[in-house]
Amino acid sequence: MRTWSARPALLTALCAVLLTGTAACGGEPASEPGDKTVVLYSGRNEALVKPLFEMFTKKTGIKIEARYGSTAQMAAQLAEEGEKSPAEAFLSQDAGGLGAVNKKGLLAAVPAELTAKVPATYRAKDGNWVGVTARSRVLVYNPTMAEKEELPPSVFDLTDPKWKGKVAIAPTNGSFQAFVTAVRVQHGEDKAKEFFTALKANDAQIRENNIAIVEEVEAGKVPVGLVNHYYLGEVAKERGTTPDKLNAKLHFFAAGDSGAMVNVSGIGVLRRSATDPDVRALLDYLLSTEAQTWFAQTTYEYPLVSGAPAPAYVPPLAELKVPDIDLNDLETLEASIALIKSAGLTP
Amino acid sequence: MLLTAAALAVLIALLPLGYLLIRVGEAGADRVAAELLTARVGELAARSLGLAAVVTAACTVLGVGTAFLVTRTDLPASRMFSVLAALPLAVPTYIAGFTWISTVDGFAGFWASALVLVLCCYPYMFLPVAATLHRADPAQEDVAQSLGHHPWRTFRSVTLPQLRPAVAGGALLVALYVLSDFGAVALLRTDTFTRAVFTALELGFDRTGALVLSTVLVALTTLLLAGESLTRRRSARYAPVGSGARRPPVRIGLGPWRWPVTLLLGSVSALALGVPALNLTRRLVAGVSRPGSLVEMAWAAGNSLTVSAAGAVLTMLLALPIGLLVARAPGPLAATVDRLGYLTHALPGVVIGLSLVFFGIHVVYPLYQTRWLLMLAYAALFLPLAVASVGAAAAQAPPVLDDVARSLGRSPLRAFTSVTAPLVAPGIAAGTALVFLTCMKELPATLLLRPTGMDTLATELWTHTTVAAYAAAAPYAALLVLLSAIPAWFLAARSGAIGGDR
Repeated sequence: MRTWSARPALLTALCAVLLTGTAACGGEPASEPGDKTVVLYSGRNEALVKPLFEMFTKKTGIKIEARYGSTAQMAAQLAEEGEKSPAEAFLSQDAGGLGAVNKKGLLAAVPAELTAKVPATYRAKDGNWVGVTARSRVLVYNPTMAEKEELPPSVFDLTDPKWKGKVAIAPTNGSFQAFVTAVRVQHGEDKAKEFFTALKANDAQIRENNIAIVEEVEAGKVPVGLVNHYYLGEVAKERGTTPDKLNAKLHFFAAGDSGAMVNVSGIGVLRRSATDPDVRALLDYLLSTEAQTWFAQTTYEYPLVSGAPAPAYVPPLAELKVPDIDLNDLETLEASIALIKSAGLTP
Repeated sequence: MLLTAAALAVLIALLPLGYLLIRVGEAGADRVAAELLTARVGELAARSLGLAAVVTAACTVLGVGTAFLVTRTDLPASRMFSVLAALPLAVPTYIAGFTWISTVDGFAGFWASALVLVLCCYPYMFLPVAATLHRADPAQEDVAQSLGHHPWRTFRSVTLPQLRPAVAGGALLVALYVLSDFGAVALLRTDTFTRAVFTALELGFDRTGALVLSTVLVALTTLLLAGESLTRRRSARYAPVGSGARRPPVRIGLGPWRWPVTLLLGSVSALALGVPALNLTRRLVAGVSRPGSLVEMAWAAGNSLTVSAAGAVLTMLLALPIGLLVARAPGPLAATVDRLGYLTHALPGVVIGLSLVFFGIHVVYPLYQTRWLLMLAYAALFLPLAVASVGAAAAQAPPVLDDVARSLGRSPLRAFTSVTAPLVAPGIAAGTALVFLTCMKELPATLLLRPTGMDTLATELWTHTTVAAYAAAAPYAALLVLLSAIPAWFLAARSGAIGGDR
């Protein structure tokens, strides 16, 4: 074999690239307390929450360095980073995501005067996260394909043969998983398993996400679907109209039914930043009347702090007869996932 | 020296595999067995391989057919068709899948995914085959013709065997791409392995389950590599040694088939490019959401261009020693180094992303959440694309030329820079362009590894489509496709199919 000892240019170039990389591009300095920035991992979409962060920065001068991804992705990243995470706070789309990160011991207690602003149902038992907004499970339906009178009072009725092939679900979404946990917590493993297996056997239509479901119901491709209430608002907004002008309508299940569960989006503070005044300012702002009103008007979510008006086009939160489920139990996600898999609802 | 550099490059490409082994090891045998020894895993593997087989077969027919038509027949507007056949590289499968769903009611399932993947992937076959057809020495074909062989028979017995390495290489890229694709199969609801890996992650942040499943993808890749090696061994090198006086090969007259064939190629392009273009336009007009300001769009485009370009350059720097090693010192060692680089190529981007999060946190913390780690991820993902280009070009630059230069007193370095480098340069350029445009489209690893606050066209697109803001998303999609079309066009030109002197 020939020797190729005289090809140093490539290697030199390679090393140069790698070395300058190490030297010149050192990591960003970890955020210091009171340095007027908050490094936030957001499981909530940038298009939704960025305008709110801009309002916050304008008001307080504190910059939000936000990292966006899905809630599951951000939770996985936080778990992988552990103590070394540059994150100071985690904004999650559901209680399950916060529960999972909290279980890893990464979150610090939210100051009591802040958690006190939010009803006990919508915050962590140990005080390590607090709900920011609430979102209700609903059945979205197309009135030309499913009459209002025919709609079932209980989500369990959807396994009836008359709904065969007519119900769209998004089992890989966090919102659906939380719903599965709710059924488990409320009715036990056996009944939950029976229900979801029957739902699958009734040819439930599996979709990638809630938006796809609302769009198909709106277009008359599927009669009904299980989603969260505010997706109707998102689709309406894209079409330049209001939810009441769409074909698709929302149906709320009867009082106390698992199908009527209410989940939260919420925030937790990473331990290292427990006393950071900038993070505290962000929490204060998210639970202020201004931010809460903004959520109700812009994302159609329910405010959790008293004094902010309820979103239009949906019944007020107080009127929803939510089932008796402890959101803290939503972190028992593994069992729900095993159930979703065994019911054949995922690849 | 070359070997050391090649080994270093492969080590970087293998980082994700190391992470996989560590995590799977931590999970313990019981967990691994529970995840893997299920009927579901068998089903997923069969479906993934089936999809890869169908798409690869179709891409071979479509890619080789198109390449032959544009280089060797009197097809009208053959230059235009070569550009059209390269352009689908600029369309990410998540855009293609999304536009097909909203164009055709009930578009979903295995065959729908296969169609979209074929339309997005056939350039991987078309480009190398067209380049080979363009460069192949027509002398052998002349001999066959002079012996009275019909042109079609000449094609079958003389031209086709010369294409074998290009076809095998293209097929491997297509098959590996199909195994790793998430965009199309997720949107079109086909349960492949990669989708299962993503779902495992989405479902309760189950990293371990996702990573254990990924090991099956590595196994499937090894299987494909073994298959490709078999075809490779039987192939010979047909590249002309001397430059000689080359003349373009004789073009075969299509006769009455001329217009039907033109129509057929036109329809393929309409499906691959027209459907996304029309649908994006419609979304843009119909929706009321608006993208960020022009400044935001420019920033995203600038970020996409710079990280992709930097990623492509780094990938090429790592690929060069491997490509040269494979071409210059062929043998089991070179082959192993080359094959190892492919192992991570079929892993889903999200697995590469997570592994580099781990590597960044525990090994090179100063690089964590900087562009450097993102570039490393691109290199780990796309190294084989670059190696293949360099290897093919280096094979066209016979080592004997280098030897002659050295025997005439040039130093090895000067011999390389004055003789080999110029001959390999076009391959380097093509490989860099291919990696560049693949980086532009990459999403899952980019989401995990980008510096906080850095938006790219692909991440902006993701942000807006997940909240149904399609009109806001459409300009980012259009910009992504347009900017990627430039390197795609360059690749078509490079393949020689557009005419001129390569």
